[in-house]
Amino acid sequence: MIVHLSRAEEEGLDGKFGDSISIAYKLLLSIGKATDAERLIPVDWVHLSGVNYNTIGDAGANFLTKYSEEARFSVQTTINPMGYDTHKQNNLSSKFKKKQGEIIKAYESMGSVPSFSCTPYELFELPERGHNVSFAESNAAVMANSVFDLHTNKESSLSALASAVTGKTPYSDLRMSSNRDPKIKIKIDTDLNSELDYGILGYFAGKTVKESCVSFGPHVSNIDMYKTKSLAAALGTSGACGMFSNKEIDGEAISFGKEEAKSVMDELNSNESGDVIALGSPQLGSYELELISNMMGGKKFSKKCMIFCARPTYEKACSSGIAQKLESEGANIICDACTCLSPLLTHDEYDGVITNSIKAAHYLNKSNKISVCLSSIKSIINENTK
Amino acid sequence: MNNSLKCKVIVGGSASGRMLVTKQPINFLSSVDHLTGMITDSNHELYGQCLKNSLLVFPYAVGSSVGAYSIFALKSNGVSPSGIICTSKTDITTASGCAIANIPLLELHKDQDIPEIENFSKAIIDGLSGTLEIKKV
Repeated sequence: MIVHLSRAEEEGLDGKFGDSISIAYKLLLSIGKATDAERLIPVDWVHLSGVNYNTIGDAGANFLTKYSEEARFSVQTTINPMGYDTHKQNNLSSKFKKKQGEIIKAYESMGSVPSFSCTPYELFELPERGHNVSFAESNAAVMANSVFDLHTNKESSLSALASAVTGKTPYSDLRMSSNRDPKIKIKIDTDLNSELDYGILGYFAGKTVKESCVSFGPHVSNIDMYKTKSLAAALGTSGACGMFSNKEIDGEAISFGKEEAKSVMDELNSNESGDVIALGSPQLGSYELELISNMMGGKKFSKKCMIFCARPTYEKACSSGIAQKLESEGANIICDACTCLSPLLTHDEYDGVITNSIKAAHYLNKSNKISVCLSSIKSIINENTK
Repeated sequence: MNNSLKCKVIVGGSASGRMLVTKQPINFLSSVDHLTGMITDSNHELYGQCLKNSLLVFPYAVGSSVGAYSIFALKSNGVSPSGIICTSKTDITTASGCAIANIPLLELHKDQDIPEIENFSKAIIDGLSGTLEIKKV
């Protein structure tokens, strides 16, 4: 299959509008070939990953610095969390801060909105249902498709960057309505109670399903935002699947029971306890901060507790008094960053991290090389407050 | 045993090297050391193997969208595969990472008998004609 380009797109590819646009079209063309797209279509909004220096390293930082000399974004472009909260003290190296600064400068000069959030769907006005966006952050792509009916593929940092520059994306996979109907389902044979249970389900499904859309049936109807985000983030972490659905379908079904749940816990739950609690991967929304505040019941955290959220969420929590309450109960609320690959969580400083996030557990174990104690938010608060 | 397999060309170019074959998908952000090219995820069947100068044969990438930068970082650090072949569906992360890093990327056509490809066979990717030549050594 050949990707047909318009005259203007051809000219962009040929370098008429500069090297940065030519590189972006080259990227889109390769993705178009890979996903059998026949043409490019416009997107309303791009969300970029690849902001935290801990994830993209020197190679990524140097690429962005050079690319940003010429490239400019042509649609609204929001960006993922960075490594740390610039309003708070930390022990990070001057090298880390310098490289992180270079990355932010590069995104700024291209015209990004300084959102530093992996939950853009909670912070910005959403386009109308059925519109195309290009979301690189995997939990945001799954949430966009599954909850908000915005159409996106599970984009990469670079495919979304190319879309930010050109305003275009290949028309393929989950952007086509025929592919948004699940062809495979997970049959759930166990009770799902906490947000952790939904994360475990998501991680199992991502590992098991090759298709782009999976059905969980009615188990995912009317679940709260904490559970939905946990499910979406875990699905995005372990797999290539970019959408889940509650549609009942006939046909192939994969069973998810106690044994399957145990295999996920065996892989990710690597410590019986830990010396720091980390909440927020994805970043917590207002609803979740309120929930945690209510669960505290006037007690204080008995261990160090980091809560990651977007800055607007924190400011809202300050207005309502929830932030001050949580801080007085021992929580350290960190903005513009996230548990996932946080440079604030190192194995030099901590023996183990307690979290309820499957996504965080995956990256803490495999990238930060710190062991993880997985527990639901309810159990974490019960066991670590006094 | 010599095998010539037909492929779809995603990123053109030619490459040769020892084959590194897995049926498991890869999360390029969390499972690979970008400075050394080693697979560091002890749950992966390629654990302890090095991607440098290999022809990586795998189904597709999973997980983090930043994996595209990870592929670019492997190339920048001189430890990337010399070519990549996706056996299932080529995902956006691998396609965009290979496009920016100029790593030849092919996808095996499904309408042919695909032999059991063994690790450490030698192979040549021809990104012009879209073939993968495997020589057992």
